Amino acid sequence: MTSTNATHGGGADYERVLPGRDDAVVFEEEKQSPLRRIQQFLHAYPTTIPFIVLLAGIVVFYLLVGSRFIAPFNLSLVLQQVTIIGTLGIAQTLIILTAGIDLSVGAIMLLSSIVMGRLAVKSGVPVELSFPLGLMAGMACGYVNGLLVTRLKLPPFIVTLGTWSIFGALVLFYSRSETLRQQDVEAVAAFLQWTGTAIPIGAARLTYGSILMILVAGLIWYVLNRTAFGRHIYATGDDPDAARLAGINTKRTLLAVYTIAGLICAIGGWVLIGRIGAVSPLSGQTANLDSITAVVIGGTSLFGGRGSIVGTLIGALIVGVFRNGLALAGLDALWQEFTVGVLIIVAVAIDQWIRRIAV
Amino acid sequence: MQEAPDRLDRAAAPEAFFDSCVVWAFVLQREEDVLSQSRLLKTGLAGAVALGILGTVPAFAADVIVGLITKTEGNPFFVKMREGAQEKAKELGVELQSYAGKYDGDNEGQVAAVEGLIAAGAKGFAIVPSDSSAMVPTVKKARDAGLMVIVLDTPLDPIDAADATFATDNRKAGELIGEWAKATMGDAAANAKIAMLDLAVNQPTVDYLRDQGFMQGFGIDVKDPNHYGDEEDSRICGHEMTGGAEDGGRTAMETLLQKCPDINLVYTINEPAAAGAWEALKAVGKDDGSVLVVSIDGGCPGVKNVQAGIIGATSQQYPHKMASMALDAIASGKLPDGVEKGGFFDTGAQLITAEPVDGVPSITVDEGLKLCWG
Amino acid sequence: MSAEAERPILQARNIVKRFGRVTALDHADFDLLPNEILGVIGDNGAGKSTLIKVLAGAIIPDSGQVLLDGKPVHFRTPLDARAAGIETVYQDLALAPALTIADNLFLGREVRKGGPLGQWLRLLDRSAMQKQAREHLSALGLATIQNIKQQVETLSGGQRQGVAVARAAAFGSRVIIMDEPTAALGVKESRRVLELMLEIKRRGLPIILISHNMPHVFEVADRIHIHRLGRRIAVVNPRDYSMSDAVAIMTGAMEPPPMTEQQAA
Repeated sequence: MTSTNATHGGGADYERVLPGRDDAVVFEEEKQSPLRRIQQFLHAYPTTIPFIVLLAGIVVFYLLVGSRFIAPFNLSLVLQQVTIIGTLGIAQTLIILTAGIDLSVGAIMLLSSIVMGRLAVKSGVPVELSFPLGLMAGMACGYVNGLLVTRLKLPPFIVTLGTWSIFGALVLFYSRSETLRQQDVEAVAAFLQWTGTAIPIGAARLTYGSILMILVAGLIWYVLNRTAFGRHIYATGDDPDAARLAGINTKRTLLAVYTIAGLICAIGGWVLIGRIGAVSPLSGQTANLDSITAVVIGGTSLFGGRGSIVGTLIGALIVGVFRNGLALAGLDALWQEFTVGVLIIVAVAIDQWIRRIAV
Repeated sequence: MQEAPDRLDRAAAPEAFFDSCVVWAFVLQREEDVLSQSRLLKTGLAGAVALGILGTVPAFAADVIVGLITKTEGNPFFVKMREGAQEKAKELGVELQSYAGKYDGDNEGQVAAVEGLIAAGAKGFAIVPSDSSAMVPTVKKARDAGLMVIVLDTPLDPIDAADATFATDNRKAGELIGEWAKATMGDAAANAKIAMLDLAVNQPTVDYLRDQGFMQGFGIDVKDPNHYGDEEDSRICGHEMTGGAEDGGRTAMETLLQKCPDINLVYTINEPAAAGAWEALKAVGKDDGSVLVVSIDGGCPGVKNVQAGIIGATSQQYPHKMASMALDAIASGKLPDGVEKGGFFDTGAQLITAEPVDGVPSITVDEGLKLCWG
Repeated sequence: MSAEAERPILQARNIVKRFGRVTALDHADFDLLPNEILGVIGDNGAGKSTLIKVLAGAIIPDSGQVLLDGKPVHFRTPLDARAAGIETVYQDLALAPALTIADNLFLGREVRKGGPLGQWLRLLDRSAMQKQAREHLSALGLATIQNIKQQVETLSGGQRQGVAVARAAAFGSRVIIMDEPTAALGVKESRRVLELMLEIKRRGLPIILISHNMPHVFEVADRIHIHRLGRRIAVVNPRDYSMSDAVAIMTGAMEPPPMTEQQAA
């Protein structure tokens, strides 16, 4: 490619020396310190850290507590304990990937579970109908969130702060603050409790709810990584202007994401009924923050555009393992809260560090 | 979280919706250009706000305002309390403004409610404090402003920070089930393995009073009677937090079962936690009668669980009575006979069980069902 | 190199656009001939960006006509312009930093696998996209970017510019618009971009180049469209006019040459 200085009248004097330039590519790697190389590796594969933390946690607690911790039954118990939060975490991950946040996931889960249960137990609706209605209630809530974010252009934090109150009020209104006991639910709608049924695998117990969570995670993973829609979700969170200019309908993408998240929260409500047997408006008090905790510890950035479903599941497991390990080690329950706080801060600090890739 | 708490009478559930609309109206007002494309929406919101204001106008007709602030809206105990308060308010012809925190432990929400009541010129209010010590300065502020403050259910720390406290003697309620458990287990009580399913790590008064009361009734040396976790009795497997709900109850029970597989006695802070604990016991086949579960509250689902054999015994308390007594006191300005300023009135607790034991007075399940709430 | 009686590929006639009381475009005209690089210069506020946005479909004019190959077109959104074959390289590149080069190249136009996998499961054909991305980059001499799966944010400014240009060149079938492409680049990288532009022109795609950088414009443009006060006031041949003359016309210090001397089509 010849220089065009000669053909046109333009070209600054200083550019005449350019034909003699060195064409070596600017970004050839200099000697990189090991730390720098680690930083770059983690930038490409951010889920590594949560995975290492999970392994380290399991090893540490095995050393501290012994076989009671590492027993298959105990580890499968931890999986059961984090399944609800893991499911909500999948929904939360989708929304955080779009640089949003959803403070109403717990309320949506609760509302869906109440609709599913109460229609069947109190209004005599057959569970074949009340269950899909419960799922649709969750989708409708998610859709409302999406509408408010895309039409009113309010920040998702504000929107979901408001809808948390609204959906919560609807929960109390519709449930009349009554708990439907496990026996009453079992009598007419045992299907709702199916997610709590456990399959024995040796000494371990795997509930259908956990399997469901893994299936949902797999499906969402597929959508995020193997379909165009998934690319659009990442692009919308990473740089909405670039996405729009590339022809992505960011409004439609966001609306779809919030609605799908609502549906996943409703599935979480189904898992909730399986776990507690009852339909109770008292549940999920800390679900919102727990789901965000799982996402953050799992390495998904709160700034959008990067993160993974696998990371969130690992994040949920980390919290479960640490809580379980600390309790078995005989430590006071307040150390569980302390540790979760430390994990969050460390996770966000590491995320900030690996994002700082110098160009 | 600094945020106005939910104001929630069941009939006024839409008010929470309107409150949110008011918040949004304020936010949106600042973002003129956002709405320039949707003026219809703005008009609609303004209409909703107006409706919300109109909806509360009739409420301001009464002269005397009395407030009720509970811990949360979800707990039927507080719902019953509110109903008791509403009935009494109607009877006395005063206006009741009720509030609740967002979650068990939401001190900020309750503080905001108190400040609202002071500003509204309320005569006084009844409150179930979410944080027994953190609430004290705000209560003092209210009393200094001339409001009468009656504390319900969970005493403040110190208890005389309020004008009076009408509550179940939670320690006594705990003692009842402790004594019952000891008598029921007989000789086995000496080697019992006990799971303590408590409320929260910050140990509000209701939490430690019931916990320590149970231990005292059972015969455990409680060391500091106002704090749990410092005991050295080897019969105690551990304390796990439930948040007073089913899901927390299940996780707490599972964890303690992992720690001590031979648990045969479970103390629970309330009946929802007990229901959750039962699911955990069922999952490992321990619903065969080998584990005794005791609880406190006396709500209808809980009493039905006593009937079903899930809970061995529960101490019933009377939120309706607490609330109507409080309304009486505030509206009249006079404390009931025998109660001094800063004093305590025990609204009573009765043991409900299908298996009564000698030396521990109790009522039957049927009687309990008649008196239950929620 | 000067235009014969060729029909312009892209034309605008009498475009008017007002924003409130401000008239951004006041009966502006525009002509782009095939196989040329048309430089567009104008002072800030002259309306050149608005005109370009009209051509790219980002702004709908109040009145006037846009013609592609002599036929009137009505772009409602940038996607319409894209569908008509007009690709734009935006000033801030419009690349998503966390996505890879291949992802960005195909953003909004992803390639799915054939058959039921692509249709029912909507499975992306990532290897095909990566392969095509590599081809597009090599065709423009950008093979120095080693890893097509690199995230765009790890590239230098010039390399990102290369990716954005490659994207436009890959999908542009009629016209490429480049908005201030060298504004944020250093000497070496600017040179690269100019070479890219000539390469694209060699391939037969006309380019509209908006720039404040006179030396660059004068170097590569075949004709220069001078925009002032909301309309086109002159089209000059960079060989016949000096840079200072062009700037003078642009700022009103010099009268534009009579129409007969201009290079308008």
